Amino acid sequence: MEWLYLHMPISGVDLFWPGLVILGLGVGILGGFYGMGGAWMITPGLNILGFPMAFAIGTDIAHIAGKSIVSTIRHAKFGNVDYPLGVAMILGTMVGFEVGAQIVMFLERIGKVDLYLRIIYLILLFFIFTTVLYDYAKLKKKEKFAKEKGEELDKLASGVTWYKTLHKIKIPPVMTFKQAQIRVSIWLPMLVGFTTGVIAGLLGIGGGLIRMPALIYLVGCPTHVAVGTDLFEVMISGLYGTFTYTWKGRTELLAVFIMLIGAGVGAQFGAVATKYFKGMIIRVLFGAAVCIAALSIAQKLIARIYDIGWLDDVSTVTILGGLSVLMIIIVAKAIAGMRKEVQMKKIQQS
Amino acid sequence: MKKLFAIFTVIGLIAMMPNIALAGSKKAAPLVVVAYTKGLSGLSLWWANLYNDNMLLFTILTGCITPIAGILIGFVTDFLLGLTGIDLTKRELAEH
Repeated sequence: MEWLYLHMPISGVDLFWPGLVILGLGVGILGGFYGMGGAWMITPGLNILGFPMAFAIGTDIAHIAGKSIVSTIRHAKFGNVDYPLGVAMILGTMVGFEVGAQIVMFLERIGKVDLYLRIIYLILLFFIFTTVLYDYAKLKKKEKFAKEKGEELDKLASGVTWYKTLHKIKIPPVMTFKQAQIRVSIWLPMLVGFTTGVIAGLLGIGGGLIRMPALIYLVGCPTHVAVGTDLFEVMISGLYGTFTYTWKGRTELLAVFIMLIGAGVGAQFGAVATKYFKGMIIRVLFGAAVCIAALSIAQKLIARIYDIGWLDDVSTVTILGGLSVLMIIIVAKAIAGMRKEVQMKKIQQS
Repeated sequence: MKKLFAIFTVIGLIAMMPNIALAGSKKAAPLVVVAYTKGLSGLSLWWANLYNDNMLLFTILTGCITPIAGILIGFVTDFLLGLTGIDLTKRELAEH
């Protein structure tokens, strides 16, 4: 079974390469579908496969750069990428990220930063999850109300509409973001980007997990455009991360290639899969992913505080098992949608 | 083509921005990793030697090869998905 292991020339480890392909494929599908890089899923996965942590992070970021280019191009062809909006957000995100990182340095000096940051992360994930649930419940209520009145609800109607209040802030320059179909002050996406950047820098995460719901609930982007635009931002930060981690000597290009084989295919598939889901269902499935992540982190935190070894393993099973279930749901619905589309096309042609 | 060039120029400039933000922060001393080349041959040996001897070129090559590989794999997958007969240019924008 030696052929199943490849020697990595830089890190010096022997890796189970099919595991890399499967990891890349699974996270590629989820990343292309949800509009994020998925570093929070891949880095622990690479560590489990045998990569030292620093190499796991660097290799992960490099593969995210490659994969997110694929998904961004695919989403752009669907009209899901609003480049001006993405640029405005990333300007804020980059500055915010550095501010967040500096806050972490400051907190480190006063001690116990690890525990507090994990708790903040948990609270944030819980907040995102409950917002998605509230959004869904509110939309269902609006649909019911419209049906009783004999009216039809607008296709782009949403449950949570916090962005409507923020849109009233008209500090110039005010811009029309064509793909997102919104006209807002440019300071709104920059401020939202800055805030999400601070949180991402504070928690040491990529930010896609926070930016995607922020684009929907605070900026007012339709879900499909939020997914595509967020991937554009992930691509830019991924490219920067690739250069910075490689310069520090922490990227294993061979592993990146192998992961990209799965991730490139998965990301394309995940991006195409969004065609067969309504925006609200994408949000609900995103909420489910966030809930699984929160549960896994809570288990890990309890395991660490009370020194329960087996709970740490349960946490790994929770995240891998839970995300696998979501991936199966996405793939199954997408394949069913593709088959229906092809059948309809054949009927129309005949 | 012009639009694509403009987009990539903007992306490149934005990707440089964090360096400006980081310039003000205190630098940590990096831990030096050396690739162990014994037992390696061919392309692996050349790559490991490049890592040990010329980090700048190693970084530039990694930074360029990664997105190119991603794009190539993407195009191949795009082509294969297109063979299935699904429309890869349109989608319906609806929340419900």
